[in-house]
Amino acid sequence: MKIKEIFDSMAYGPAPESAAEANAFLDARNRRFGLFINGEWREPSNGAYFESTNPANRQLLAHLAEAGEQDVNAAVEAAQKAQPAWAALSGHQRGRYLYAIARQIQKHSRLFAVLESMDNGKPIRETRDIDIPLVARHFYHHAGWAQLMRTELRDYQPIGVIGQIIPWNFPLLMLAWKIAPALAMGNTVVLKPAEFTSLTSLLFAEICSDIGLPAGVVNVITGAGATGAALVKHESVQKIAFTGSTEVGKIIRKATAGSGKKLSLELGGKSPFIVFDDADLDSAVEGLVDAIWFNQGQVCCAGSRLLVQESVAETMYAKIKARMENLIVGNPLDKCIDIGAVVDKVQLETITGLVEQGVAEGNQIWQSTQACPSEGYFFPPTMFTNVSPAAKIAQEEIFGPVLVAMSFRSHKEAVALANNTRYGLAASIWTENINLALDIAPQIKAGSVWINCTNMFDAASGFGGYRESGFGREGGKEGLYEYVKPKHEAQLSDQPVLPAIAKEKKAAGPALPGIDRTAKMYIGGKQARPDGGYSQRILDRSGAYIGEVSAGNRKDIRNAVEAAHAVSSWAGMTGHARAQVLYYIAENLSARKEEFARRLAQMLQHSMAEALAEVEQSIERIYTYAAWADKYDGQAHSTIQRNVTLAMPEALGVMAIVCPDEAPLLGFVSTVLPAIAMGNSVVVIPSETAPLSATDFYQILDTSDVPGGTVNIVTGNKDELAAELAKHYNVDGIWYFGSKEGSRKVEELSTDSMKRSWVSYGKFRNWADPAQGEGEVFLRQATQVKNIWIPYGA
Amino acid sequence: MTKNHKKPAAEATAHPHIERNPGVPFDAAWFEALRVNRSAVERRAAGLSGRRTVKKEWQAAWLLKAITCMDLTTLAGDDTEGNVLRLCAKAKAPVRQDLLEALGMGGEGLQTGAVCVYHNLIPYAKAALDGSGIPIAAVSTGFPAGKITLEDKLTEIEKSVAAGATEIDIVISRDLVLQGKWRELYDEVAACRKACGEAHLKTILATGEIPTYTLVAKASMVSMMAGSDFIKTSTGKESVNATLPVSLVMIRMIRDYHERTGFKVGFKPAGGIQKAKQALDWLILMKEELGNEWLRPELFRFGASSLLGDIERQLEHHVTGRYSAAFRHPMA
Repeated sequence: MKIKEIFDSMAYGPAPESAAEANAFLDARNRRFGLFINGEWREPSNGAYFESTNPANRQLLAHLAEAGEQDVNAAVEAAQKAQPAWAALSGHQRGRYLYAIARQIQKHSRLFAVLESMDNGKPIRETRDIDIPLVARHFYHHAGWAQLMRTELRDYQPIGVIGQIIPWNFPLLMLAWKIAPALAMGNTVVLKPAEFTSLTSLLFAEICSDIGLPAGVVNVITGAGATGAALVKHESVQKIAFTGSTEVGKIIRKATAGSGKKLSLELGGKSPFIVFDDADLDSAVEGLVDAIWFNQGQVCCAGSRLLVQESVAETMYAKIKARMENLIVGNPLDKCIDIGAVVDKVQLETITGLVEQGVAEGNQIWQSTQACPSEGYFFPPTMFTNVSPAAKIAQEEIFGPVLVAMSFRSHKEAVALANNTRYGLAASIWTENINLALDIAPQIKAGSVWINCTNMFDAASGFGGYRESGFGREGGKEGLYEYVKPKHEAQLSDQPVLPAIAKEKKAAGPALPGIDRTAKMYIGGKQARPDGGYSQRILDRSGAYIGEVSAGNRKDIRNAVEAAHAVSSWAGMTGHARAQVLYYIAENLSARKEEFARRLAQMLQHSMAEALAEVEQSIERIYTYAAWADKYDGQAHSTIQRNVTLAMPEALGVMAIVCPDEAPLLGFVSTVLPAIAMGNSVVVIPSETAPLSATDFYQILDTSDVPGGTVNIVTGNKDELAAELAKHYNVDGIWYFGSKEGSRKVEELSTDSMKRSWVSYGKFRNWADPAQGEGEVFLRQATQVKNIWIPYGA
Repeated sequence: MTKNHKKPAAEATAHPHIERNPGVPFDAAWFEALRVNRSAVERRAAGLSGRRTVKKEWQAAWLLKAITCMDLTTLAGDDTEGNVLRLCAKAKAPVRQDLLEALGMGGEGLQTGAVCVYHNLIPYAKAALDGSGIPIAAVSTGFPAGKITLEDKLTEIEKSVAAGATEIDIVISRDLVLQGKWRELYDEVAACRKACGEAHLKTILATGEIPTYTLVAKASMVSMMAGSDFIKTSTGKESVNATLPVSLVMIRMIRDYHERTGFKVGFKPAGGIQKAKQALDWLILMKEELGNEWLRPELFRFGASSLLGDIERQLEHHVTGRYSAAFRHPMA
């Protein structure tokens, strides 16, 4: 073009990044990649290869090996073999490997960036400026955690072999999020990249070889769903870490239920982007560009639902439309574009289908008039306005550059709309009023809340979901716990820990029958008769009849969950105020310790001395959680941007607690107290065989200022009631201390609602031993970490 | 520039004539609720050069455009007739003719947007630029601190206009901004505008001395309401001069003012812009936030003294493929 013409038009021209080096890399390997197993490149056992193409021009990039079951077995075996030696290295030694990986990634950063862009279709600007720098940062950060593991995680040990399955939207970044913490904590991994985008993980595997990472520590196996499924079900894989769709996440959870495999799932989202009337609107518009027109909208935490205050909605829409006209969709390797290609034809069809549906539903659509290239898979930036929450496009994750917008009238309505979703991955809040921002942030059900910013990531901050967006965190100290297990787990027993039956004769009963004390259930702060009208006989350990409890059924569970939701005062109390109530509980229990001891001795047939000891331990345990109530308080993370990143542990909400059968009082106290200390309200199924300590306990609750509904007690068949709770969509978490089969069932039934579950797999704790019966592990299971990003600057 | 200023031939006639911003009555409601989020603004500004770039012919064309938008400036205590004459000669022939010809721009009469000097040097500039159509801009109102009476400021403007300046770069009283005396600021700028008459008013906010972006945004809006033709970041004498983020804040206010009134106000970043790459960054910022219409000297100027030299070297590199040296280009 003539300079004079450009001078007059002031148009942008092409600014292509060269693909020569990346092509040379592929050519040097004959555009054919094997499987990286035990430090070597292997042909797939079945000889099968599949094609990887560039979505921007549909050209073939390479042939990739498809790992079959035999290959998965070989990879897991290699990882298993390598793990003890890897874990036996000092943190410093492991840290040096991670540091070397970080260095290599920086040294080859442009090759990684170009390759990623070609493979995925995302703009070179993003891979160069965002993905790859974050990858290097993740390895540096976790090199440090390897170094510090010995002191900072002294009560924990590696898990073993980790199976990791990552998505196609941030291929190398997701690899880093998975591999860095796993290796730092002494685990070895088998990683399966997404079949659309495996190339950078193969380049990464070469780097592992180059730095001399011991064989088998990192194994990369390419393939599609079947490969992943084989990895998930492999018996020697002790944990699965998955990022991807909620649908596949559920399949994985069902498949691993009861297996004892640890699981972390980072799934879909429909994250709200909330704009209040006092926001810097121009900046909020730019925020939206980063929220939904970043990575073609193929971001699990994309701010895809714009909620804007009615008074500024039209202004905001006008600004967004003007901004959309300036977004350039084009060749991903061009340094002058905003939006690249969608990853694959399938994804383009999904997006197109949902947008057509949105139009058919009568929503107002706005699309940029800028042309899209025609040869690859491109979709223009799109906005729907005045969308109602009932619209399919407002509920479904589109995973494309499509924004749906709606307005709200009040702050309260903004929160209600924001939370009107099954997902809970992230939220963005725009206001110049810090009081408002910090009022709204805790009310949003989401793992990341960005104030006046969006899509901020850093290795020092945890990332992960609430609700059906999955569980577990990646990044930050909170993310490390996904790759370790408490050392005390090794000490858990296969048999319940019970005191011996006392030889001494029971004290003779009174001549007259005592006044019948009917043990009822306890729901919403009131004693409740069972809905079914049945009772269940309770026998002592020698089989003698000692009384009855209500036989609760699913309706009692329903009522108890509703009562647990109805109490808002408990969660709203300060940690200090909750501690006061907990101390009061201990005080009241202490005043009646003889009575509680007699009950224990009666049910368990052990000596009064032992019974008194259990009561004393229970009082001490209550003190422990009263102490923790105002001390389990999160962190301010050192992220690299100029901001305060608050990692706040939040109560799960309503928790189901299925108590151990043994230790009827201490087991009840040890499980219920940490949950309520953190601000949860609970529905408790007490010991099935010895429930009377729990039913006695509601009198203590009644007299200790515990708001009604905070603790609800439903007695009856443990596993039936547990199943109801696990299935319940409005229960946020469930703890189950019982049989192996019961554990499996709870995990399986928790899948649909994606509730957090913590089960015992038929192992037994010694509740009297503080190492097993109390501590931070309980508090962590009763909370989830929300990271709130607050950039500052006048 | 005056209405009868002859546009350089290189300026396309596609753009309609800019109607001068006459100002509007003071209305605090236009800016009272303004809030600017510094972190978000900085992110946008920092991200821009990653999102947009121009290479090869596009880069050359854009750099030539930057020259036409340049207020070639000397504002030093030791300015004399001699160096002002050199500056004016450079303004008339900013790029070596052989390079222009190689770029296909030899016959376009390329020259800078204006020459900018202190008041007492206006006569030399006037003589030197006679017939070129290049406007003379004079800094005024007690530049750079502005610490003289309003009466003296107005006198100074009138004298400069009388001496031949067609553009007056005034400095605002920063104390009025710091004290939130918006009405007084409006009155001051409006008085300056009146004193300018036909000459164009370029209002310097001295953003390096304004502590927050929110105040910069408000000061921008008040200055435009009072009738500024341009708003300008800095004198070049503050410790912090033109930055991309502060420019973003100001040009968003220009957009807002245009949406409210239909008047287009120009923008001039000044101070610290020394490299061709920076010039491109600003042009990209203008194009992205205000559109192509603002990419011309009627609505965009760089205040710069050493920028031209770097642009010349880049242009020679474009023509020859060899990195250039300063001594190969005539100095100002």
